[in-house]
Amino acid sequence: MTKVSHLGTASRPLASTLALALALAPTTLLAQDAPAFKLGVVSFLSGGASGPFGVPSRNAAELIVDAINKGTLPAPYDTIGFAGTLVEPLFADEASKNVVADYQKLVQKDEVDGIVGYNSSGSCVAIAPEVEKLETLTVLSACGTSQIFEEIVTEPKYLFRAASHATMDNVAAARYVVEHTPEVVEKLSDIAGINQNYSWGFDSWRDFSASIQVLKEDVEIANEQFPKIFAGQYGAEISALLTARADVVHSSFWGGDLEALVIQGAGRGLFGRTQMVLTSSDTAIHRLGRQIPDGTIIGARGSYSIYAPQSELNDWFRQAYYDRYGVYPVHPAYQMANAVLGMKAAADKAGVGTEEAIIANLKGLSYEGPGGIVDMALADGHQAITGSAYGTYKFDTETGLGTVENIVTYKAECINPPADLTSQEWIKGGFVGADCE
Amino acid sequence: MTTTVAIILDGFGFAAWLFLSSVGLTLIYGVMRILNISHGGFYALGAYSAAWAVGLYTQTGNTIALTYLIIPLAAIIVGTLTGLLVERGLLRFMYGHEEVLMVLVTYAVFLILEDATKLIWGTESYVAYQPAYWLGTIDVAGIPYTIYKFLIIGIALAVGAGLYWGLNRTRAGKLLLVVIHDREVSAALGINVTLFFTVTFVIGTTLGALGGALTAPEISVVPGIGAEVIVMAFAVIVIGGMGSVGGAMIGAVIVGFARALSVHLYPPIEMFSIYLVMAMVLAIKPYGLFALAEGRKI
Repeated sequence: MTKVSHLGTASRPLASTLALALALAPTTLLAQDAPAFKLGVVSFLSGGASGPFGVPSRNAAELIVDAINKGTLPAPYDTIGFAGTLVEPLFADEASKNVVADYQKLVQKDEVDGIVGYNSSGSCVAIAPEVEKLETLTVLSACGTSQIFEEIVTEPKYLFRAASHATMDNVAAARYVVEHTPEVVEKLSDIAGINQNYSWGFDSWRDFSASIQVLKEDVEIANEQFPKIFAGQYGAEISALLTARADVVHSSFWGGDLEALVIQGAGRGLFGRTQMVLTSSDTAIHRLGRQIPDGTIIGARGSYSIYAPQSELNDWFRQAYYDRYGVYPVHPAYQMANAVLGMKAAADKAGVGTEEAIIANLKGLSYEGPGGIVDMALADGHQAITGSAYGTYKFDTETGLGTVENIVTYKAECINPPADLTSQEWIKGGFVGADCE
Repeated sequence: MTTTVAIILDGFGFAAWLFLSSVGLTLIYGVMRILNISHGGFYALGAYSAAWAVGLYTQTGNTIALTYLIIPLAAIIVGTLTGLLVERGLLRFMYGHEEVLMVLVTYAVFLILEDATKLIWGTESYVAYQPAYWLGTIDVAGIPYTIYKFLIIGIALAVGAGLYWGLNRTRAGKLLLVVIHDREVSAALGINVTLFFTVTFVIGTTLGALGGALTAPEISVVPGIGAEVIVMAFAVIVIGGMGSVGGAMIGAVIVGFARALSVHLYPPIEMFSIYLVMAMVLAIKPYGLFALAEGRKI
């Protein structure tokens, strides 16, 4: 307003020119005049999780934020900024011995307006209470433990998660095994699991084993292993799993741990003796290729990467990501895209790109991501549910690329608990209200 | 029966990896009184260089057999050159300082090596599984084991025997034992202690790199593997007695079997078992099982 008043006293040609420019590109000028929305982006930039998870997450945030600031995203996100406010990303490393202190620094010293990211359930469990204490908009992008809103922050105001929690992955995996692998189900009597020794691994195994036992009677747990995260050496665990002779072995391993398990397990015939179910394994396909045995059940933590549905947004995302980084996006990239786009959708809905407006409008919002619809349906509108898909691995010797076949997609309402039940209540109650049609 | 056999083989298999990963650490401590935290960085350098070299070689389509030469060669080159650089370029200026300061110095070197590996090889994982698969598997009590695992056990035994022979049956080894026992007296007797320090450090770092290089075919080589190994290696040499090569071997066997027993019999305590054993040993022998005797100076 001040500038317009001042221009009123300036020379007429100059004022006319500027007025014309304002009329032609109002959003651009408004966005540039307003202070930017400072967005903290947290993911693993070092350590074992950086390659398969942290760097793809960071890259997706960078790509999406750049496109948001330029207004080059496909509809409905084809306007500049968060409702006209440019976004200034500030990248931070999640590989820290003290994620809470790092979170506090982002809020108190760097004075970010909002934070997006976090790959690890361990990180999310640690910072969740701090989010509400420091009253800063934080959208978790990936971490999978269901404890976040079911046990740790039960009345959230500032904390959101734009990804489904682990229950979705494991209920869908159990459904896939029981409903779509008849040759396995015919003889299925024992299951076993190898999962990392922290909340993600515990939750994943709890949900998978409970779901299988609900979907098929008289299934026993033959063996359960919880090695340390990033252990890398699984010789003894593989021997124990081979000795247990389970019909199905479940693992939510990810990143380097997953690749090591595949190398060591496949080399010793574990994958040939049992039906392996890997719930977070799309990231390994282009690295391991033929080393992943055919028939392995592959999950991607949602309808992401190999399972992403065709849409204008997904086509743009895949191509833009490939053009910039030389590889196609894997599921952590999709999850980060969902988190940033959720903020934009909320800001655009409010018509103003402030932290308060995003908090008010992200709650309960349903919006489109490159992997499909993200519905903030749980935890009083703070926890997303999404659809998912599973398939079985098949290495294509002609193209030299890994593929999946027998793909089954699941609606979000089929594999996520309803808002009024916890994951365990829902699974043990027989998936009451699940809509799988 | 099957479980018993599995415990024995898994115990020795894990012990072999532990010994190869920790023997360089204990050797350096024994001679130089430096707890070399950067050992994990050398392990990672060895793993990356071997995985990278094997990856390049296998793309040529030539026989996999040659990778068994490439792996130690990569470790020797990277371990020797980097070890020399660190010792001649930094550590020699720090000798005589307190052990705690040297821990901080080597920790700084570790961080530099971590970033250097990321700078050279990026954050993507490297897999070089071909040598681990090529030899095939053998069934023992119905459980398949890779022959490569037995090769690792054999190499660990050979390294242990080689070090024993080198230290006890050669002139240089005997002189090194004198240096380990008392640096000042050794120097007074005309032994070139500085040269022994340099050689020992380079041997130690090369052994660290060899541990990583031999492990590379079995794992996914990713950033951070060095930090994981240093914790386990430290537990092994504390149990065995810091500075004792024989102690490292016994410590590795104890930890290997503690882990194998827990995994097969009671998995929930697997993570805890290693530290439980360490606590039990230290409660009885506070300086480890085979701690070097300290001469009392008057």
